[in-house]
Amino acid sequence: MAEKNDIILEVKDLHVSFKSYAGYVRAVRGVNFTLHKGETIAIVGESGSGKSVSVKTIMGILSKNAVIDSGEVLYDGMDLTKVDEKVFHTLRGKRIGLIFQDPLSALNPIMKIGKQITEVLILEQKMNKEDAKKKAIELMRAVGIPQPEVRFDQYPFQFSGGMRQRIVIAIALASDPEILICDEPTTALDVTVQSRILELINKIKEERNLSVIFITHDLGVVANMADRVYVMYAGKVVEFGESEEIFFEPAHPYTWALLSSMPDLETKDEKLMAIPGTPPNMVYPPKGDAFAARNQYAMQIDFEEEPPFFKISDTHYAATWLLHPDAPETPMPEQLSQRIKRMKEEG
Amino acid sequence: MANEERKKILEVEHLAMHFSTGRGKKKSVVKAINDVSFHVYESETFGLVGESGCGKTTTGRALIRLYNPTSGSVKFDGRELTGPMTNDLRKYITSNMGMIFQDPIDSLNPRFTIREIISEGLKIRGIKDEKELDDRVYEMLDKVGLTKEHATRYPHEFSGGQRQRIGIARTIITRPRLVIADEPVSALDVSIQAQVINLLNELKEEMGLTIIFIAHDLSVVKYFSDRIGVMYYGKLVEVADSEELYKHPIHPYTRALLSAVPQPNPLTERKRVRLVYEPEKAHDYSKEQPQMTEVFPGHFVYASPSEVEAYRKEFADRL
Ligand SMILES: Nc1ncnc2c1ncn2[C@@H]1O[C@H](COP(=O)(O)OP(=O)(O)OP(=O)(O)O)[C@@H](O)[C@H]1O
Ligand SMILES: Nc1ncnc2c1ncn2[C@@H]1O[C@H](COP(=O)(O)OP(=O)(O)OP(=O)(O)O)[C@@H](O)[C@H]1O
Ligand SMILES: [Mg+2]
Ligand SMILES: [Mg+2]
Repeated sequence: MAEKNDIILEVKDLHVSFKSYAGYVRAVRGVNFTLHKGETIAIVGESGSGKSVSVKTIMGILSKNAVIDSGEVLYDGMDLTKVDEKVFHTLRGKRIGLIFQDPLSALNPIMKIGKQITEVLILEQKMNKEDAKKKAIELMRAVGIPQPEVRFDQYPFQFSGGMRQRIVIAIALASDPEILICDEPTTALDVTVQSRILELINKIKEERNLSVIFITHDLGVVANMADRVYVMYAGKVVEFGESEEIFFEPAHPYTWALLSSMPDLETKDEKLMAIPGTPPNMVYPPKGDAFAARNQYAMQIDFEEEPPFFKISDTHYAATWLLHPDAPETPMPEQLSQRIKRMKEEG
Repeated sequence: MANEERKKILEVEHLAMHFSTGRGKKKSVVKAINDVSFHVYESETFGLVGESGCGKTTTGRALIRLYNPTSGSVKFDGRELTGPMTNDLRKYITSNMGMIFQDPIDSLNPRFTIREIISEGLKIRGIKDEKELDDRVYEMLDKVGLTKEHATRYPHEFSGGQRQRIGIARTIITRPRLVIADEPVSALDVSIQAQVINLLNELKEEMGLTIIFIAHDLSVVKYFSDRIGVMYYGKLVEVADSEELYKHPIHPYTRALLSAVPQPNPLTERKRVRLVYEPEKAHDYSKEQPQMTEVFPGHFVYASPSEVEAYRKEFADRL
């Protein structure tokens, strides 16, 4: 496990809001996380819970109506919430690589695919043109582009969505970054292509001691990639821990619901545990534990006071009143504990 | 129930759907589906999986004649659905079959109220009595977990999950016997997906619906379906009971697909061995042609005679 002193990135008590006509949207409400050298953390959570906003803050690419209310993003002796665009220029796409949900916006539509990759290699890796072309074709092959020599001279519009996404991944890897941030990079891809790309990212992580932040709602992908997992709900981290701790000893009711809401290949006749209701309106975030209204285990105090983090192990914490010493003993749903038992047996 | 005793409600044979695009010299033909054969039993859920672009939606649309198939045969309850379209055939299809569309946002007309959207199918069928229409709409809203009050609102006022429920209500209000659900949950957040899957399951029980469930998420298809068909590049390559398919995949593409599905279990994920499917290397069809063959009872594979023999040998202990 990573040591304390090899922290490469640290987000401290981050609060981010958006000015919108509906009001002041409190998108991120006190998020903390740390990223160690050579580790992959996954951020999971419901749509709208603030995952993308958190990583956009790190990269300095929030939209104009965003306000960083408070907090710090510490990287290489700097607080990235305070540095100006010039500094971000030396980081973004270079020392910190980015792969986003929407591959269309990430590529230049009027530049040949090959050139978009070699440009990075020539600028960042100081390669000559010939080597850069060789390397680019190698990268294209590695992300599963068939006939890369032919594809090298084509334009983005000649590529399918999934192929464009693979090019974005090739470009991000070309600059040999220290940190790679992936926001749902494989959502649009087929499973066979997806698993190939995940393998590639894992391989590069091993080879170059890359640190990865991986956002996804696919728990299978999390299990495949993550050393540690952060679970977000309504702008906050509600639980974090090592991958095994989150999958096998989840403690927050939202994590329980998330883990039980989707079938795995073993799920048979049981009814799926759907999460009732809809996510909260973030213009008026609820008092107390934001998940309370949808939580069948909610207690009175959940509606009144926000739970602090309770320690479960040195690496595992959850913010739920259920862990308070005075709370009634509440085991996780039977269906989930059965599933966990089965998963451990398989493993 | 043994498969032989069950009624085949839908029989599809050698279905092909080719699109021509471009003109003159640039004209080319896209063989979206080519040689698809399967059948669906009454009251079962038949899952159709495969990668993006393999022809799942095209198959669904060709079955209910939203497309005019290039060749092949589709029989519903014994009646042929291909061939010239007549008023009578159109009526037969719309009263027996319905489709839930992939995108819950695009498929609802934004200028219609929920009542208008849901009751449309009944009006087409000539029901004019406002009271009856209201009653049927309210009953449907209740069934899909919405309320009477929602009837006068417009689609944009609903969340993705609610819109998908509206799409389901619109399709099932006419009580079709077969529903084709094209990726009904793919566009929804994980927490909402389970709500919609549970709803479809309840409706299936309650109404005895036969469902063709199209999706690319194998875990969801496996959970929801009695039998599964796997598509690859316009062809159906394997059909079997869902447990059987998952435990004993035969076609090399199915094996590759299953090996790539990430499972929410860190212990098994770290040991995952992914299989790669390369059609040119996996098959030699220069001398023998492949066709859909029942390799084991109820387990169909698209294969050549010598492949079939090899598969049977490989699983000999099962006979
Ligand atoms: N430019 C913006 N203006 C106003 N509100 C915004 C803006 N961008 C994001 N938000 C709001 O901030 C909240 C968090 O959004 P974010 O994109 O971080 O969610 P997410 O966790 O990444 O969700 P998903 O899984 O759907 O990508 C949401 O309530 C969203 O509506
Ligand atoms: N109207 C059309 N004209 C021309 N080509 C078409 C048409 N409809 C579909 N195709 C082509 O047929 C093939 C199959 O498409 P289809 O939409 O059936 O795939 P799918 O399996 O449903 O994919 P997805 O999972 O992405 O929805 C694709 O190559 C597609 O580009
Ligand atoms: Mg996001
Ligand atoms: Mg489709």
